[in-house]
Amino acid sequence: MTIIEDSVPVPAPRKGGADDGPLLEVRDLHVEFHTREGVAKAVNGVNYSVSAGETLAVLGESGSGKSVTAQAIMGILDMPPARIPQGEILFRGQDMLKMSGEERRKIRGQKIAMIFQDALSSLNPVLSVGYQLGEMFRVHQGLSKKEAKAKAIELMDRVKIPAAAARVNDYPHQFSGGMRQRIMIAMALALEPDLIIADEPTTALDVTVQAQVMDLLADLQREYNMGLILITHDLGVVADVADKIAVMYAGRIVERAPVHELYKRPAHPYTRGLLDSIPRLDQKGQELYAIKGLPPNLLRIPTGCAFNPRCPKAQDICRTDVPALLPVSEQDGTELVGRGSACHFWKETIHG
Amino acid sequence: MAELSKNDEQEATPNVSDVEVVDAHSETEAVAAIEAPVDRGEPILQVRNLKKHFPLTQGILFKRQIGAVKAVDGISFDLHQGETLGIVGESGCGKSTVAKLLMNLERATAGEIFYKGQDITKLSGRALKAVRRNIQMVFQDPYTSLNPRMTVGDIIGEPFDIHPEVAPKGDRRRKVQELLDVVGLNPEYINRYPHQFSGGQRQRIGIARGLALNPEIIICDEPVSALDVSVQAQVINLMERLQDEFNLSYLFIAHDLSIVRHISDRVGVMYLGKMAEIGSDEQIYDHPTHPYTQALLSAVPVPDPEAREHRERIILTGDVPSPANPPSGCSFRTRCWKAQDKCSVETPLLAVPEVFMGVDSPAAHESACHFAEEKNVVHAA
Amino acid sequence: MPDVTKTDVQTAVATDGGATTPVAAPAAKPEKSRSLWGDAWNDLRHSWIFGVSAVLILLLLTITFFPGLFTDTDPIKGDLAKHFLQKPKLGHVFSADWLGYDQQGRSVYARTIYGTRASVAVGFGTTLAVTVVGGLMGMIAGYFGGIVDSILSRLTDVFFGIPFLLATMVVLTSFPDRTTWVVIGALAAFGWTQIARVMRGAVITTKQADYVHAAKALGASTPRIMFRHILPNTLAPVIVVSTISLGVYISAEATLSFLGLGLNGVSWGNDISDGGNQIRVAQWIMLYPSIMLSITVLAFIMLGEAVRNALDPKLR
Repeated sequence: MTIIEDSVPVPAPRKGGADDGPLLEVRDLHVEFHTREGVAKAVNGVNYSVSAGETLAVLGESGSGKSVTAQAIMGILDMPPARIPQGEILFRGQDMLKMSGEERRKIRGQKIAMIFQDALSSLNPVLSVGYQLGEMFRVHQGLSKKEAKAKAIELMDRVKIPAAAARVNDYPHQFSGGMRQRIMIAMALALEPDLIIADEPTTALDVTVQAQVMDLLADLQREYNMGLILITHDLGVVADVADKIAVMYAGRIVERAPVHELYKRPAHPYTRGLLDSIPRLDQKGQELYAIKGLPPNLLRIPTGCAFNPRCPKAQDICRTDVPALLPVSEQDGTELVGRGSACHFWKETIHG
Repeated sequence: MAELSKNDEQEATPNVSDVEVVDAHSETEAVAAIEAPVDRGEPILQVRNLKKHFPLTQGILFKRQIGAVKAVDGISFDLHQGETLGIVGESGCGKSTVAKLLMNLERATAGEIFYKGQDITKLSGRALKAVRRNIQMVFQDPYTSLNPRMTVGDIIGEPFDIHPEVAPKGDRRRKVQELLDVVGLNPEYINRYPHQFSGGQRQRIGIARGLALNPEIIICDEPVSALDVSVQAQVINLMERLQDEFNLSYLFIAHDLSIVRHISDRVGVMYLGKMAEIGSDEQIYDHPTHPYTQALLSAVPVPDPEAREHRERIILTGDVPSPANPPSGCSFRTRCWKAQDKCSVETPLLAVPEVFMGVDSPAAHESACHFAEEKNVVHAA
Repeated sequence: MPDVTKTDVQTAVATDGGATTPVAAPAAKPEKSRSLWGDAWNDLRHSWIFGVSAVLILLLLTITFFPGLFTDTDPIKGDLAKHFLQKPKLGHVFSADWLGYDQQGRSVYARTIYGTRASVAVGFGTTLAVTVVGGLMGMIAGYFGGIVDSILSRLTDVFFGIPFLLATMVVLTSFPDRTTWVVIGALAAFGWTQIARVMRGAVITTKQADYVHAAKALGASTPRIMFRHILPNTLAPVIVVSTISLGVYISAEATLSFLGLGLNGVSWGNDISDGGNQIRVAQWIMLYPSIMLSITVLAFIMLGEAVRNALDPKLR
């Protein structure tokens, strides 16, 4: 019935695809939304890359631009009101923003797939689950109805839906939340894509089900050696599966680091604040540390470092100069591989 | 003395003490009883064998009942003056229905809710209004819990319109501004509308509305789960400060076990409309004896990859069964790794398990499991 | 509680203020109180559709209340000998013979001006009656639900199933003296169902909002919940439907008049009907009231469109 594991080995970050470069690379991406009140700058120069077999977690609060970046990669932003004034999204070295609609459509679904938070509204309620899963094979691979159905059952088995053959003709509402999210995963996996983008895949699920779904996702990723971009606001979920983390705030990456490093020694005051402000299950403190103030209004992002009005370390320079995402090093100057912080005072933050 | 229906076995245990029923023969007596102060640590709200079954019907014109969703299926607990009782559980376990029942927003199918010895499920008129003044609620979603067409001043001032005896008319504006100040908002915001505020600020407005009538109990239904992580801590700290300042008792309903641990003195774990385990926060988190609690605790994502790797994880298979058709016997048995034949036949009662009877250990607390045993899942093994 | 909390909250106050009036832009004016109605009004003012329809409607209202400002000619008294089917003299702008004369020697211009009142009165009157009756029905059905809802909804369905114009015609044939009130009454009796349905749907949605639960938890009375919490939040779709149906009722009145079942007296529908008989020799008798009718209906439908754009948050 239940599996009790004594310790779950977290996969070591792999240098997958080192020979042929990263799978996906986002370079200096900007996205803005034109609204009645003005221009909302949702993404302001994001850089990140994912290699095959690697999990990148993009962590941020609402309005940090984490989901908008993902939608820009998938090409599912509504334009207008959205606009991409500058930036490149390279998939295997080719800029997707310069591709024709037809070329992008081919990549979407076959090479890059996305899993959404709300599985119920992402599935068509009047079509059976098997039909929707099979559709991928019929449309993209030209399989017959019968073959597609067999493939659908196979996929449902793979995402561990019990009695797949019996349930293949059921409709989405007949499945529970966790099972629906598995179906979403199955759909994303159908064409064995190189990269999966999961936008808050477990946020709508219960804790006990969350763990099942995250484990499944991690297993499948290992099995297929896919790249995975995991977008979330939950520091706990990230800790479980990610290899490296990018923390976003007001449309910028403020810190990036391998997962263990980030939790052990954050190099940005925002990351530190976030880690300190979540209550811990195994400790009962007197008072929670709270980051003061409110997330920024994207119509009026503060000048200088966007975090400065809320930052306990803010100085004059923070109000005027935008800090660049610079490499982070040990006190003796040895560079910490894969780490970066966009804070004028990262040294004090990490070593202080 | 109250008749304690079927749960007589529990009378001896600390979580459910005897109810001193106040026999009020008139409305005035009832109101007097409701207004009477309660000493710190004494029970202020006592819930006994509370049930809420939503009928499932078929047919459009001639409806007939074909079953019932047992959202809340016989729970009992006490809330003491000045404490925070946390209620945790997954979606569909009935925790939000409990909040609605306590607020009298839903009618209970069976059971009693005693507020200072008065069964509020049977009150009406002036006495019910007096109870309403003393039990307030903070809602989950700050985007739907404030009327978008009313100014902040009207929203926070509405309690005074409904209960004019609390604040004289000329005094209200000042009172509303005081409340805004108390919850950490600028008193000059009084004429603004909810959509001009962020989620965290709106939740503060909701809290100010809850405080307006100077209540004794505040029922918080997932008060921070809709907020950003960095704002959650602000609101939690505010709620803790207000509890001390205004001597409030909280019933804190949430699915986030870490937050519940942080704020609660005692914790109850619900599963499928029943209480699985209840005890002090230390008993539940460090010495859980019910397998469901253990699984729940072990599944909580911990923002610390190293501690994570050394922790034991129990991954439950399957989903929560439908409350319309709960399993026989112990409702958790379909997902439990300890389940035996006994579990499908005999419903375990919420009581101190026999193995821990008379044992002086934190594990000796109420747990509804035939095979209760202690297992520390939170701390590294 | 330790002192730390106090200072913590004070900083929260400070930054709360800072967030709405950003530190980065101290020159920016502090945000004013903005109600949702105010926002909608702001939207409306900037919409050209609203501008055009508002000008037209203002003009129509002026004509309705002060027809004397536009013509001195009596619309009822005609001079058969002098003006029988006289052709329009389009050069004589705004004079009695501008748009020609009908077969009874009456000025078409004067009749078109005076006919406005009937149309606008019936349009507004019916809309008002329909909104009140339908709104009330919808509110009661939606709020109380259960058996009350079942009965009222079935009643709505029954009325909805009756062909609107046919039913009003049947009713109006039994009234020899068809005053404005009679026509309004007949139209409203069969027209309220749409508003009732819209209202019921909106009330059922709003009833489940947490702010309604919050008001109930405070012990608010039923009228208070209905009129202070539910009504203001259900008004938007009702206003949109009402504005659009205003045009519909005006054209319904004209149709009834055309069929000889409308108002007794000067009205566009009556003139269009009369003009129909002379269409071969004197097209102008029918043409000008028809143009006015079309413009009026269009103006209200445009207004409804503009109001919908301003009130429907989903289109923002």
